[in-house]
Amino acid sequence: MARKKNTLTYEVLKGIWDENPVMVSLLGLCPTLAVTNSAMNGLTMSMATGFVLLCSSLIISLLRNLIPAQVRIASYIVIIATFVTVVDRFLAAFDPVSSRALGPYIPLIVVNCIILGRQEAFSAKNNPGRSLLDSFGMTLGFAAVLVILGGIRELLGSGTIFSVQILGDWFNPWMIMILPPGAFFTLGILIALVNLINEKGAKR
Amino acid sequence: MKTSYRIFITLTLISILSGGLLSALNNVTEPRIKQHRVRALKAAISEVLPAYDYYEEISKGPVTLYVGKKKPDGETVGIATRLIGSGFQGKISIMVGIKPDFKQLSGFKVLEQVETPGLGTKIVVDPSNKDNPFWFPEQFKGLTFLPAITVIKNIKPSKPAEVQAISGATISSKAVVSILNSQLPEIQTIYKAKVR
Repeated sequence: MARKKNTLTYEVLKGIWDENPVMVSLLGLCPTLAVTNSAMNGLTMSMATGFVLLCSSLIISLLRNLIPAQVRIASYIVIIATFVTVVDRFLAAFDPVSSRALGPYIPLIVVNCIILGRQEAFSAKNNPGRSLLDSFGMTLGFAAVLVILGGIRELLGSGTIFSVQILGDWFNPWMIMILPPGAFFTLGILIALVNLINEKGAKR
Repeated sequence: MKTSYRIFITLTLISILSGGLLSALNNVTEPRIKQHRVRALKAAISEVLPAYDYYEEISKGPVTLYVGKKKPDGETVGIATRLIGSGFQGKISIMVGIKPDFKQLSGFKVLEQVETPGLGTKIVVDPSNKDNPFWFPEQFKGLTFLPAITVIKNIKPSKPAEVQAISGATISSKAVVSILNSQLPEIQTIYKAKVR
């Protein structure tokens, strides 16, 4: 998938396929595996992560010339943790159902490598506009994976997608799909598929 | 020297801004979060007790009893309380309603659990039983818990203090019953000590 690098469109699009945070960089696997037992959980999780990623990227690229290199990681973590707390409290106050469903995984966004990784690799070296585009693309890529993974697991594990019944009474849900092994199976197959497509693309 | 000043100033400023933002946010969210908690608690209490007009709280250490009363003479209709104990994987928290005679349960609701999806989670709801998905929790309504609740397998309960286990989740079923058996006597002691 060769596209012109360093254009503004590329900064957004690379997050979806070429540099997809989960499929290619294999970052953020903890939330990817843990919360995708339903499509809705995957979506809420990626929205929460996206909010933290966008806000932190904006602030950090604005401050990139002010933060001394020696304490950059400490500063990033404080900024990221602030936004994670904002999301956590906000969900608890305004969407208690999601907040309960995602439990400890919202506070754990602090240690999501996608966020710290993007700050170190991108926002610390680029202007706020580009950093926002980059974060937006990464969020889309992350959301796509979580929703697809959650959708597949929910469909096979409960017969529903976004809680809407898809498969009828004849279907006996594969309980294993909403248990941890289902996450590993599905993610493994998805990554294999992505690699297969990339390989075919490279040969052409 | 100069760099260390910069480090000091940067970290201080970032922390002050972060703290300020979070405390402002907390002012907005805290009352709402508390409200949700109270609403969830009230919903759980009214689910396990028969109709009541108001409730009084009795606290002793970590245990709080919610005594449901009826107007106008304050007749006690039941006592609700939260019990917490070990399940198959993690903690199970149960809201349980006790009839005033302290012999029977008036209601039972699992508030929090991390049991195995599809097996242990049947202590909350059993989607595989289309006629009565709530058959397990409903067994506790009107159940005699003295001298102790016993768990039986694969047959319908015939005695007043028997509960049928979930097949495939015997440990979860037994965990729930053992939480009740081990903690209900203490609840009675607390209640009797405070009321008389």
